[in-house]
Amino acid sequence: MKKLLTGNEAIALGAYEAGVHYASAYPGTPSTEILENIAPYKEIVAEWAPNEKVAVESAIGACYAGARSLTAMKHVGLNVAADPFFTMGYTGVNGGMVLISADDPGMHSSQNEQDNRYYARMAKVAMVEPADSQECKDMVIKAIEISEKYDTLVMIRMTTRVCHSKSVVEVGERTEVPIKPYKKDTSKYFIAPAVAKQLHLVVERKLVELEKFSNETDLNFIEWNDKKIGVISSGVAYNYAREVFGDSASYLKIGFSFPLPMEKIKKFAEEVQTLYVIEELEPFMEEQIRAAGINCIGKDKIPNTWELNPDIVEKSLLGTQKPTIDYDKNVAVGRPPTLCAGCPHRGFFYELSKRKNVMITGDIGCYTLGGTEPLNAMDTVVCMGASISMAHGAKKVFEKNNDDKRLVAVIGDSTFFHSGMTSLLDVVYNKSNTVTCILDNRITAMTGHQENPGTGFSLQGDEAQITDIETIVKALGIKHVKTINPLRREAMKEAMDWAFALNEPSVVITRYPCALKKYSEQDIEEFGPIQGICEVDQEICIGCKACARTGCPAIHFQHEIKKSYINEAQCVGCELCMQVCPVKAISKVGV
Amino acid sequence: MKIKNILLVGVGGQGTILVSKILSTGLLQAGYDVKMSEIHGMAQRGGSVSTQVRYGEKVHSPIIGIGDADILVSFETMESIRWLEFLKPDGIAVINEHEIPSAPILSGKIAYPKGVIEAISEKVNTKVINAAEISEKLGNTKVMNVVLLGALIKSMNLTDIDWESIIKDLVKDKFVEINIKALNAGMEAV
Ligand SMILES: Cc1ncc(C[n+]2csc(CCOP(=O)(O)OP(=O)(O)O)c2C)c(N)n1
Ligand code: SF4
Ligand code: SF4
Ligand code: SF4
Repeated sequence: MKKLLTGNEAIALGAYEAGVHYASAYPGTPSTEILENIAPYKEIVAEWAPNEKVAVESAIGACYAGARSLTAMKHVGLNVAADPFFTMGYTGVNGGMVLISADDPGMHSSQNEQDNRYYARMAKVAMVEPADSQECKDMVIKAIEISEKYDTLVMIRMTTRVCHSKSVVEVGERTEVPIKPYKKDTSKYFIAPAVAKQLHLVVERKLVELEKFSNETDLNFIEWNDKKIGVISSGVAYNYAREVFGDSASYLKIGFSFPLPMEKIKKFAEEVQTLYVIEELEPFMEEQIRAAGINCIGKDKIPNTWELNPDIVEKSLLGTQKPTIDYDKNVAVGRPPTLCAGCPHRGFFYELSKRKNVMITGDIGCYTLGGTEPLNAMDTVVCMGASISMAHGAKKVFEKNNDDKRLVAVIGDSTFFHSGMTSLLDVVYNKSNTVTCILDNRITAMTGHQENPGTGFSLQGDEAQITDIETIVKALGIKHVKTINPLRREAMKEAMDWAFALNEPSVVITRYPCALKKYSEQDIEEFGPIQGICEVDQEICIGCKACARTGCPAIHFQHEIKKSYINEAQCVGCELCMQVCPVKAISKVGV
Repeated sequence: MKIKNILLVGVGGQGTILVSKILSTGLLQAGYDVKMSEIHGMAQRGGSVSTQVRYGEKVHSPIIGIGDADILVSFETMESIRWLEFLKPDGIAVINEHEIPSAPILSGKIAYPKGVIEAISEKVNTKVINAAEISEKLGNTKVMNVVLLGALIKSMNLTDIDWESIIKDLVKDKFVEINIKALNAGMEAV
């Protein structure tokens, strides 16, 4: 049967067919849907881990214990998981193991566009790069095979366009394989220096074997056409090359990209007149090809910034361009993403934005939008978990410099579990008078509403223990903790006044569900059902724009009549606007 | 046959995802190779969204570049001009007369641009449709997206495909009838 699947759906199907037993991941665009699509398979234990390092280590444990295992993450997730990943390069596997790195060229939803192919080379693990959904499925199956045959972890390197594009996939059957027996083997799994020394020799030998495989496998295939132009390419870039050159060039399509098939590349290069190496992002293959003494054209023409597309390939290599319509491109007004109507984060940032002489260190999640118009209540965003530790470091320096600037760290619940807890320990241990705000919207919202250790459910829908943030915070040694509803302005203001007046570190937990969250029974019990919407009485409205300054997308300030209007289809009745209106022009209806 | 390129644009939450699903399923059943690319990321938070569908004998690239689209279907008026450079000069623009103000407009800072449809009509073959009004007449504004699908199908001469059976497969039973009506209304409107 043929199906149209995204790359992520195809990876999940591949995991199923390959007989994978265990999968663990932390969400992150563009990789999130891999585990979401594995979850329905009852043959596979599938879990959300609190962060990528934990996910990789769990998968390694499963692999050593004899299971076929899988882990997946966005590119920056591998930075978090780099430590176990590198060791895995030395130890190899028991059951087959694959690690999926989903890179984000073009930074559709990321803070950088690092090219994780370098990771495979640095950690000395094998790598495959699918170009479409069929290859995604096939390569998981193949990667598990390679992993077991060559005793290596295999990295599957994807990119946003491969993850999120749909193409045709032939659906097959699952091959059930027994979990391998586990044998204690300290010369393999106990990576003390003496063991590691030996394993480094072993891994170098494995790489020689893998390079031989790379030269032989049809994952790296040649398609001969006209030999004036030869193209070496991998991943989605191959499809762009194919689109631009059609049958007028010959191709060496690289599907197994570490170690590279240098013999095959040499032979191909010898037979073509001009050799193009077409890669998205960095010259990963080109550098190695040049180092092998082969001349080629690549990054001198094709940009290593942002994502490629067929036009860029055409323009850079052929110098031609398609005709386009000529028009005024400044007509369209920007459409930046905004916090949803009724988002609990809005109440928090509305209050925080009023504070003077503060530095606000932010973090990554929906709440990062609190740093944009019109709330503008965030100074920094670096990486997940950085808010709390950066506030600590900055506070120390302001103090040393006799500057009484207050430091507020803002972090979401999922991000706190991910990597905020150890940072808060540093605040306690090294004593910095910071205000840490944990925005607990009862879900991992940004990446599409995944469960997390605080929500009460697991990825496969089982009930889980609800980890209580306040208890953690206190256990870490924070003495001053308050939990409030951020949509109640008075409570928000009081909590901030209270925290700012303290001369010891404090934590404010804003606890209220994301407006798009599907309430659990526990949520309904705690927060009650959501009821009614708000309405502006335009007779009373004085056009002060205070409600519009909350940035709620349900509120439209009507320029012509200088009055606000609430879109009843969008309003969820959170009452924030009601509390900011100075003349009580807004009231709740339909309760 | 040359590969055909369809570009659907709109605002997060307008239902472009269902449309592209029905569309690509139909094209696959008709025997074409199909690729579709969607960028979601921040879509849920009211950002601008786009979906690209490519079909033909053998499709390689899942995405198109500027000047590549045979048809641009814009679910929202202003989005049509944001994405216009992707349309071939001899392509077709199908524009929904439906304005969704974005954040800078909502806050009263900037006015919603005037004359978008006129500006585009001067440059390319443009079909304007009021899918909101049509769907309202049908009794459910939620099917505005399928009205636009109808307009798209007609404009691309894809009416031979059995869209009704695909809608039956992909839409919940109780919404099948209204969606089929919406599809037909969209076809008639252009
Ligand atoms: C290392 C790393 N892993 C994953 C991500 C993707 N990511 C961005 S925000 C986020 C979750 C945010 O959840 P939470 O902190 O609960 O905030 P919310 O979006 O719910 O407001 C994730 C998983 C990332 N940016 N970096
Ligand atoms: S998805 Fe939830 S947390 Fe994210 S902006 Fe919307 S309401 Fe806020
Ligand atoms: S009550 Fe006010 S702030 Fe809340 S969603 Fe409705 S319009 Fe927006
Ligand atoms: S805050 Fe009140 S008075 Fe001011 S614009 Fe909004 S509704 Fe009108």
